[in-house]
Amino acid sequence: MVQQLGHLPMGWLMLALLAMLASGAFFVGRVQAARFSGPGSARVHSRPNYHGYYVAMWTFVPAMVVALGYGLFGDGLVRSMLSSELPANFQDMPRVELDVYLNSIARAAFHHGYSGADRVFSAITNRFLELQGLIKASTIVLALVCAATGFLLARRRVAPGFRARNRVEGGIEIFLFLCAAIAIATTIGIVASLLYESLRFFAEIPFWDFLFGTRWNAQTSAEFGALPLFFGTFMIALIAMLIAAPVGLFAAIYLSEYAGPKVRGWVKPILEILAGIPTVVYGFFALLVVAPAIRSVAIWINTTLISTGLASEPLLAAQPTSALAAGLVMGIMVIPFVSSLSDDVINAVPQTLRDAAYAMGATKSETVKHVVLPAALPGIIASLLLAVSRAIGETMIVVMAAGQRARISADPTADLTTITVQIVALLTGETEFDSPKTLSAFALGLVLFVVTLFFNLIALRVVQKYREKYD
Amino acid sequence: METTMTESRDVSAAGITMDETQGLTFPRIECKNIDVFYGDKQAIFDISLPIPDRSVTALIGPSGCGKSTFLRCLNRMNDTIESCKVTGEIIMDGENINDPDIDPVLLRSRVGMVFQKPNPFPKSIYDNIAYGPRIHGLAASREDLDAIVEKSLRRAGLWDEVKDRLTSPGNSLSGGQQQRLCIARAIAVRPEVILMDEPCSALDPVATARIEELIDELRKRYCIVIVTHSMQQAARVSQRTAFFHLGELVEMGETDQIFTNPRERRTEDYITGRFG
Repeated sequence: MVQQLGHLPMGWLMLALLAMLASGAFFVGRVQAARFSGPGSARVHSRPNYHGYYVAMWTFVPAMVVALGYGLFGDGLVRSMLSSELPANFQDMPRVELDVYLNSIARAAFHHGYSGADRVFSAITNRFLELQGLIKASTIVLALVCAATGFLLARRRVAPGFRARNRVEGGIEIFLFLCAAIAIATTIGIVASLLYESLRFFAEIPFWDFLFGTRWNAQTSAEFGALPLFFGTFMIALIAMLIAAPVGLFAAIYLSEYAGPKVRGWVKPILEILAGIPTVVYGFFALLVVAPAIRSVAIWINTTLISTGLASEPLLAAQPTSALAAGLVMGIMVIPFVSSLSDDVINAVPQTLRDAAYAMGATKSETVKHVVLPAALPGIIASLLLAVSRAIGETMIVVMAAGQRARISADPTADLTTITVQIVALLTGETEFDSPKTLSAFALGLVLFVVTLFFNLIALRVVQKYREKYD
Repeated sequence: METTMTESRDVSAAGITMDETQGLTFPRIECKNIDVFYGDKQAIFDISLPIPDRSVTALIGPSGCGKSTFLRCLNRMNDTIESCKVTGEIIMDGENINDPDIDPVLLRSRVGMVFQKPNPFPKSIYDNIAYGPRIHGLAASREDLDAIVEKSLRRAGLWDEVKDRLTSPGNSLSGGQQQRLCIARAIAVRPEVILMDEPCSALDPVATARIEELIDELRKRYCIVIVTHSMQQAARVSQRTAFFHLGELVEMGETDQIFTNPRERRTEDYITGRFG
């Protein structure tokens, strides 16, 4: 009997139970309030619906908390109870092996597939199901008790003078806060895990050797000097911004100041499509089209220089993958970030400022140069900084088109590697989570996070300052 | 000069009057049969209006009557609005400024404009004034530019208040000071005509009084056209008043006459507050 309970589909069951309880409570509260509130009774604070919501809220929330508690801890509770009952030879098992064994028990229990296995296994599986049934049944009972308590307490408060409307408002506020808190908690969790794993890495590799070491060879020998990676990241982001900053900014100026509504209606969405192209598409565009073109140009420059006697040996590296190819394509990718944000900022410059300049006999470009751009400058800088942090964190294009070799070279036709490329390389394929090789990926991730956070913070500050400027 | 005042010929004749204090004032700007359209909608209907030099002409009327639109015809600011089309002749110094040969950018350096809300550039006080002279090359040297800035600020009655902080931003001034800064900025490009679009509507009474004194001072040198919602202001600062209603010019004449003895029933109703 208890074993059968172990097969209860708790997710669906709790969902249906909660929905039924809440809607039932709503109707009870509503009906109860409807008795004293009619068109004639003027002194009732809240309309019947709000009393209904209030009672439903207090029925639903306690039961929901119990359900969430089961979802988070139920399985762990069953397992720890089971493992404490296991015979002595199991108690001596290493932790990891025990987990694997319990996993297979849980799988067998779930699929009813334990009949053919050996006796010990099936006995443990039966016990597992029993414990699970116990926990599930007591969860349901507990949820019902909590819901009933909440329901009774809330129902007693339903009265003409009770401010159910304000209480419901308060409940909504808490709910919205919890939604916001989830995002924040996730961020904190990610940062914490980055920090934790990085600290483990730095316990083995000294921090300064990592930050300023010039030799990176994580895959074969344990050399963790990340400077070449920082250099590669910086170089490619620089090339990207050399493309994206002017092109994006001028496109924004054209769109907001020169283009008529018709042209604007066409060009702006097309520019934004550019932002919607998957980066992997940019990546193979860089690898298959741009990189070979750059290589052949570089080879042509080399041979010309040698044949004219200006150089005795090839000047450019002319690699099949290059910093320039990745940087150029990444620049094209970030253009819409710059242009779209700058366009918004330029549009936010009050029309009265433009009118003032026109009324003094300034031309359009004079107005843009002397009045609109200076007024929009903080916002434009913010958009550039956001584009930079986007370029630094970009992965797919550089994985495909920048190469794998960690080195410091100013030659843009040479291959380089970046932080993101190395993280991908370190964490794909066979990995072992305790080696410094894998842990170094977390350290790299931490650096990446700190750098982009820094840029985003500056951008935010600049934008805030800019907002104070008008009105 | 009888009841058919809206006829262009009579009005242009009325524009040439003897002013006892200043001698002959002749129409600085002569507008003939102006129509303005926003897309398909006509905003101004066949307005003919002479504007005398060295005096203040006030344009009054209820909201949406087209007085600001008309004002913006005088420096072709309506060109900056895509859907707007202006027909008719506006003669200034013997030229029709609506002629396609006229460069609106150059025209606007001769016809300055002050707006409803003070709109200093986000630059220093000095650079606000110096902006116009710089783009038009009016100053040969730094000293010249300093002189222009000082003269403009003096004429706008702002010099004594800001002379010690010319490098602080224009936005740091009070609303009334900002508006005088905008007037100084307009003066700095040596215009002949100054257009003012409700220049006091965003200001308190004290700042308004300062601006009105300033307008009275400026009319000795410039031809001033002011749009205002305040009939008291029109009565205080202007010599001539034109009353607009629904895109038409209802009546124009000496300010005293308009306010004490209007010829048209609609004018009387408006100035006595029966509509508008």
